[in-house]
Amino acid sequence: MASQEQLSAIKGAKVLMVGAGGIGCELLKTLALSGFQDIHIIDMDTIEVSNLNRQFLFRQSHVGQSKAKVARDAVLRVRPNISITPYHANVKESRFNVDFFKEFDVVLNGLDNLDARRHVNRLCLAADVPLVESGTTGFLGQVTVHLKGKTECYECQPKPAPKTYPVCTITSTPSKFVHCIVWAKDLLFAKLFGDKNLENDLNVHSNDAANSSEHSDVFEYRKDEDIEEYGRRIYDHVFGHNIEVALSNEETWKNRNKPRPIYSKDVLPEKLSEQNGNMEKGCVTDDVSAMASLGLKNPQDVWSLGENSRVFLEALRLFFLKREKEIGNLTFDKDDQLAVEFVTAAANIRASSFGIPLHSLFEAKGIAGNIVHAVATTNAIIAGLIVIEAIKVLIKDSNNYRMTYCLEHPSRKMLLMPVEPYEPNKSCYVCSETPLSLEVNTHRSKLRDFVEKIVKAKLGMNFPLIMQGASILYEVGEDLEEDMVAIYAANLEKALSELPSPVTSGTVLTVEDLQQEFSRNINIKHREEFDEEKEPDGMLLSGWVEPPVDKDKNKPIGNGESTSNALPAEESLEAKKDVTIQEISEVTEIATGTKRKLSEVSKGTTPDHSGLSDETRNHNQLEKLDVDDEDDELMISDDWESLTKKKRL
Amino acid sequence: MIAKLGFGVLMLKEGNFHILSKSHILVYGIKGTVAEFCKNIVLAGVGSLTLVDDRVVNEEALSANFLILPDDNLFQGKTLAEVCCDSLKEFNPMVRVSVEKGDISTFGVEFFEKFDVVVISCCSLAKKKLINQKCRKLSKRVAFYTVDCRGSCGEIFVDLQNYKYSKKKLEENIDCQLEYPSFEEAISVPWRALPRRVSKLYFAMRVIEGFEDVEGSNPGETLIADLPGVLKLRKELCETNSLNESQIPNALLERLLIGTREYPPVCAIIGGILGQEVIKAISGKGDPLKNFFFFDAMDGKGLIEDISE
Repeated sequence: MASQEQLSAIKGAKVLMVGAGGIGCELLKTLALSGFQDIHIIDMDTIEVSNLNRQFLFRQSHVGQSKAKVARDAVLRVRPNISITPYHANVKESRFNVDFFKEFDVVLNGLDNLDARRHVNRLCLAADVPLVESGTTGFLGQVTVHLKGKTECYECQPKPAPKTYPVCTITSTPSKFVHCIVWAKDLLFAKLFGDKNLENDLNVHSNDAANSSEHSDVFEYRKDEDIEEYGRRIYDHVFGHNIEVALSNEETWKNRNKPRPIYSKDVLPEKLSEQNGNMEKGCVTDDVSAMASLGLKNPQDVWSLGENSRVFLEALRLFFLKREKEIGNLTFDKDDQLAVEFVTAAANIRASSFGIPLHSLFEAKGIAGNIVHAVATTNAIIAGLIVIEAIKVLIKDSNNYRMTYCLEHPSRKMLLMPVEPYEPNKSCYVCSETPLSLEVNTHRSKLRDFVEKIVKAKLGMNFPLIMQGASILYEVGEDLEEDMVAIYAANLEKALSELPSPVTSGTVLTVEDLQQEFSRNINIKHREEFDEEKEPDGMLLSGWVEPPVDKDKNKPIGNGESTSNALPAEESLEAKKDVTIQEISEVTEIATGTKRKLSEVSKGTTPDHSGLSDETRNHNQLEKLDVDDEDDELMISDDWESLTKKKRL
Repeated sequence: MIAKLGFGVLMLKEGNFHILSKSHILVYGIKGTVAEFCKNIVLAGVGSLTLVDDRVVNEEALSANFLILPDDNLFQGKTLAEVCCDSLKEFNPMVRVSVEKGDISTFGVEFFEKFDVVVISCCSLAKKKLINQKCRKLSKRVAFYTVDCRGSCGEIFVDLQNYKYSKKKLEENIDCQLEYPSFEEAISVPWRALPRRVSKLYFAMRVIEGFEDVEGSNPGETLIADLPGVLKLRKELCETNSLNESQIPNALLERLLIGTREYPPVCAIIGGILGQEVIKAISGKGDPLKNFFFFDAMDGKGLIEDISE
């Protein structure tokens, strides 16, 4: 129960919340009820129909309005005398600089993407303001506390690639193959073969709540309609018509590549039933499969647009011909060959439309089976835990700071597991002073490679400035003179050793992001050869020492088989690795080797770990997590879980 | 009108969604934690929610219950159930939220038959046992939960009687079965028969519950001034059960004797856990909690204890 000390700290605290979505709504409500009186909240999104079933502060009438503002209004009704300042803005904007952050006693994140989290992390470090981070994935969640110099910063441990996808990305602006898979599986497949009572947003664009009922006819199979006609009708509607409608909204495509509409007559001009004599043979076997019927043998082949289109139409035909009884009750099952074929084909055609690389059935199946969706109650639990940590931070109760993990399956009887925070990683890119080195072929690699792959991707800088000594090799900014912009553009295309200020072995480059107040020196070492497979970037950044990871504990909590098949977690610019989904991104290994818990640090003891295996170290440090070997429940992704809604019967 | 399924769809493969949307929940005793729970299940899309709480809204009710707006005109003379009902309806128009008036201990067995889940809070020991028994008398299985928060601690009790469910294990669906004791049976398990590391909070809650029962006081109204009486009861119970009194520390009991004031973060956490459990139980999928859950904000642990024969 809040003591006097706590109550007075709460009353006088100025708190910044970043994010007014799933976690944000719950958090704002709990903060207000707990007695906080000065809350600022930043969120750049507007309210969408699919938010309404979880972000409980919002109503139908609010669709299209700013989340931060509506959340504020809703909570003020419950606590009229407190101050809530909303910002309908992107937290990366320059006005949210270090001076802005310095005004707060604590920062609370309720974000859903890695980029913004890294950005806030840096600003909190620069401003020396405590940060309480959080995240949820399905039934899992965690809350962590970060204090400069005292605990790990948010980036001390490597984070796997993000896995939550905002609604509009799925319905309108996919940029990765996984977005197409989610669309194909949870929208199109569900619409055609799933429960008809679940109205879904296949045709609805973000703010277009009204349209959803108009197009329900399009997907209905008309009695006695020729199956191929039906298939082509669906094809043209989702890959042709819908894309044209999307293109008509110029605003969406201002900074994005435009998709192209695809019509079946352009891809498959002739009727399939005349073309493909094999189709009837497919009926003989028990395993109904479009691939079999079309003679596509290898699931690891990447099909062409034409082949994908054929599979799409054939799979649809086979569902109606051989599995008619199931239509209306089907749910996607990654072990259902025909369903996987259909979803692969649909995802590929959509990907083709948006200029996203196509994938084989094998790869698509892996992705489709690994998607985890968010759960509303987890947000409420996490919000409560965030407030508890925030209060500890305000009264500087440092011995009791905890990282708390919300588990799906209990570990040693615990569903909520608190763990002491770790001291900072001495080699962290972001919060430590360790010098970094980069091995690179200075004659081959260009400045552009360095900027994209190292400065932006690895170091997470958004607006970098790159200097060698006193000369600036590259910078980004709004008020740069034209001739400088031209010089920088030219520099990007030059090999490192050929820059106006040549970069060779022994050179020290300084890279900075002024807004994040983040600056690092990188020692350059020339190296001729790089292993194409292991070092595809042709560059190796070191100085960052990864915490040793116990092989068995490489599985995120609560996720057995599926993650052992997952692709490597490293975020990479290559298209192939882009499809990484490691569902439980933030809830990863807890106990790892050489780090010490805060309590050990303050007592001045250093457990001698030198002779111990990882296993023993883990035992010594904290409870070992039992990882259940359970497959994921098929659930729906964060921020859009009710793209499927129940229609009144 | 567009219905919102949300969490309900998450738990259930689409073929089963209707289970949640046909479920009927009864809730008795609405304070912060139960308000949170109601919000969660209404958003998820249960079929109906019936609220029972005839207490009149007052200042204190506002403190951790975000369903009550501090507008005098709105809550003048209304009961807690009525005010909360109005707010809850807004979260999901597809859920039928209604109020039932009267003393729940007088409601007959046939009343409870209308529900699939019964959740009670702010209840005396006698009432808990009584309602639990009524639920168990029915041939239909009615899931029974109690939930109580005292200060920065919370407790959930679950009775699913004879419960069959399925879960996924290594690509396969396996069928499972659990037998739950009633509340009365559970708390009758001799303390010395329980595993050594059982949460101290279990014992502490039983002591205070017992004290309130003996005194005939309203649940949750025991204050720090009552500590001497509580300690005396602790001594008696520990002697009867051959338990060392140090297993129920003074400091813990003191923290629980804060009367009816609530701690909003704990309400959110317990309300969330309870929401998840109820939805799992309705859908019949996934391991349910058996049979007590404890949370203590001081150490931050959320523990499951199996208190049964």
